[in-house]
Amino acid sequence: MATVEQTPTGPGPGELVPTHHDDPASAAHATHTGVANAKLAMWLFLSSDCLFFGAFIATYLLYRDRPGQTGPTPQDIYNIPFTSVTSFILLMSSLTMVLALAAVQRGDYRRFRIWILSTALFGATFIGGQIFEFTEFTRKGLNVDTNLFGSSFFILTGIHGTHVLIGIVWLVSLWGLSMQSRLSQGDSERVEIAGLYWHFVDVVWIVIFTVIYLLPK
Amino acid sequence: MTTVTRSLPKTVARPLPLRRPQSTTGFWSWFTTIDHKKIGILYGATALVFFVFGGVEALLIRLQLAGPNGTVLTAAQYNTMFTMHGTTMVFLVGMPLAVAFGNYFIPLQIGARDVAFPRLNMFGYWVVLFGGLFMYSSFFLGGAPNGGWFGYTPLTSTPISGGALPGMGPNFWCVGIAMLGIGSTTSAINFIVTILNMRAPGMTLMRMPVFTWMMTVVAFLTVFAMPIVTAAMIMVFFDRNFGTLFFVASKGGDPLLYQHLFWLFGHPEVYILILPGMGIVSEVLPVFSRKPLFGYSVVIFSGIAIGFMGWGVWAHHMFATGLGPVAISAFGLSTMLIAIPTGVKIFNWLGTVYGGAVKLTTAMLFSLGFIAMFTLGGLSGVLHSIVPADTQQTDTYFVVAHFHYVLFGGLFLGIFSGFYYWWPKVFGRLLNETIGKWNFWLMLIGFNLTFFPMHILGLTGMPRRTYRYPSGMGWDTMNLIETIGAFIIALSVLIFFVNIIYSTKRGKVAGNDPWDGRSLEWSIPSPPPAYNFAEIPVVEARDDWWHHKYTEDAEGRLVKLPSGGADDGEPAEVTTTGATTTNVAVASAGGVATIEPVAHDDGHGIHMPSPSFYPLIVALGLPCLGYAAVFTEKLWLIPGLLFLLFGIFAWGLEPGTES
Repeated sequence: MATVEQTPTGPGPGELVPTHHDDPASAAHATHTGVANAKLAMWLFLSSDCLFFGAFIATYLLYRDRPGQTGPTPQDIYNIPFTSVTSFILLMSSLTMVLALAAVQRGDYRRFRIWILSTALFGATFIGGQIFEFTEFTRKGLNVDTNLFGSSFFILTGIHGTHVLIGIVWLVSLWGLSMQSRLSQGDSERVEIAGLYWHFVDVVWIVIFTVIYLLPK
Repeated sequence: MTTVTRSLPKTVARPLPLRRPQSTTGFWSWFTTIDHKKIGILYGATALVFFVFGGVEALLIRLQLAGPNGTVLTAAQYNTMFTMHGTTMVFLVGMPLAVAFGNYFIPLQIGARDVAFPRLNMFGYWVVLFGGLFMYSSFFLGGAPNGGWFGYTPLTSTPISGGALPGMGPNFWCVGIAMLGIGSTTSAINFIVTILNMRAPGMTLMRMPVFTWMMTVVAFLTVFAMPIVTAAMIMVFFDRNFGTLFFVASKGGDPLLYQHLFWLFGHPEVYILILPGMGIVSEVLPVFSRKPLFGYSVVIFSGIAIGFMGWGVWAHHMFATGLGPVAISAFGLSTMLIAIPTGVKIFNWLGTVYGGAVKLTTAMLFSLGFIAMFTLGGLSGVLHSIVPADTQQTDTYFVVAHFHYVLFGGLFLGIFSGFYYWWPKVFGRLLNETIGKWNFWLMLIGFNLTFFPMHILGLTGMPRRTYRYPSGMGWDTMNLIETIGAFIIALSVLIFFVNIIYSTKRGKVAGNDPWDGRSLEWSIPSPPPAYNFAEIPVVEARDDWWHHKYTEDAEGRLVKLPSGGADDGEPAEVTTTGATTTNVAVASAGGVATIEPVAHDDGHGIHMPSPSFYPLIVALGLPCLGYAAVFTEKLWLIPGLLFLLFGIFAWGLEPGTES
């Protein structure tokens, strides 16, 4: 320690692994795990979010088929073909997200803007579908205070919709940065982290769609 | 493919909405600082203020119960007192104090210059401060929380019109807990990334100081536990305000679901509170026994085992709810099992002290007190794994005795040990030892007077959370003793504050290494410079700093190394003697980079992150959104969203360091 003059020649046990991370703002040009700080933080946040969704999904599963509920049941009200289409659109947004990241990584900003905007648009389409669905359901007499199914359905899908909405704002912000030439190849990590979040929100939807809509009684 | 470089260098930054704060000294710098050490001090000071709040609430409770048919508080006031006492001590004192120590010492112990996300760190502090003020503002804005720190449904979730709990208290409580959860999750993520990514070269995981290790486990527990309680809070809030039916039994809802969600968070929370104390004790005992920690890796793995097993015992808080024989047997067994890693640690600490050259400083006394009191708390805890006994003790003062022995006798004695041990590093002056010993003995005596009789009261049937009891139950004398004990604790805390004031002016100047310490924080000046380490240390052993000072001769006796330096033959410029010489070396390092830091720097001097307004601005949005939720008043959304959006965008555009 103290005065040891040392320059690591190669990563040995417990030594630093350099990563591609050229943000001079960050003090860490090299990390022990080989994963950049911000990316690791996003993974941790997502793992935390898993339990957040887990609590609501568990609640839904517990309450969906509770006997003695009045009002519409899942079987009465779901429009599976419609929701399948919006789910497919949301899943496709993951593909465009991947394409956007690939574009910014190779410095193709024009295509990056196209793909990131289509990702946001797909997300917005999904949200539009959800708004339509919610309106339909309330029209058919299902509300948060109708029965347990209504309470747990609206809260769970509402929380997921909020996640998508935040994601859309994030993606559009990245697009805006790029329009102002403030997002360069070197900042691709920013896009990658937004992408992690976006993919997570999609994956959670796969779980929710399966558990809520497809799982038979 | 890689030919395109950044189109616009960040140094030619476009004008930011607010001019970047420059000063790193003076009063206002505390609002914009991103220095992990200053943030640590802020956390500690804030938590101590809330400690006084929670303490006053406890004293009011004890005054009310000093004799039969107490008249100090009304029933409604008593409810708010025990609710706010518990909530304050858990969320606004225990957790922030652990974060205070973690903030200050994790980077120092792993040889880093700061945490991974300095601005996020400051954001977490503001959220905790505003979350606390938000909760306490309820006293003036429609009634304080009054449903217990556990907030059981349907009591808390029934709408006000339902008449179960009067006032806005439960609303404030749900929103406040969710807000504090945001703060503690950000600081936990920050700690994990810092520890996993930013250790000095050679600082392998199994060379890390135990305190840092325990904070790692705590951070993981926090990351996974807080979202569950946040989800529960959202459900309670919607039930109370928007007519959802999650916990409405008459519509098929299950109030027990809340208890599962709450304790699935709540039991890991217990370990979130106690593990930092265990970490501090594991630092203090070796230093004052002048021996390495006995069974270092066993202590680490026990801590990790507690972290995992802590997820499988939550239902022992619910044995009286009728879970069924299979469930209660399983949770009874897992509760017995989790006592094993805890017991292992106790024996490790005893093994550390055994045969050591023990110096009974105040820090050491608090640590020894921790072992004794925590063991008592652990023994009464393991009694709760025996389901029939637990069913008898549920909701009696026996439980209150148990968790105060682990949380006060455990966590707080550990925290006080940490105060006495690390105070000289943080403020450059030692706390007075004579006053410190008064502090310790009064606290130990007061603590046992207050909480030991609760065991007996509980076994003779005195229920918790009742605001008065009739005379002639045989409880009068012991309750009076408890109240006297509580005031002795208060006196002891007062003495601690006197010690702080006294030592700020008259305390002995500490020097770098007043205790002959073992870990890296003792190798740098006290208080440490902004950049912590002029050179990033290269770690070669567990207790690295110790091995730079001592070696062993052929018979295994300690021999002091001549210069206190490493075996590279150069004299170490960081020694235990001269703070002044070190400062000279440091000044040159900060200025014209005569000493080139080894890592984390490209030889352009030491880049430290710059102060920022935005953590404060983003955090200001949260209480606004909180008031919007509590009063279901949309107008509050406007300032809330403005603060949030403006703050987040400006934060995102602001580079971490102005170069």
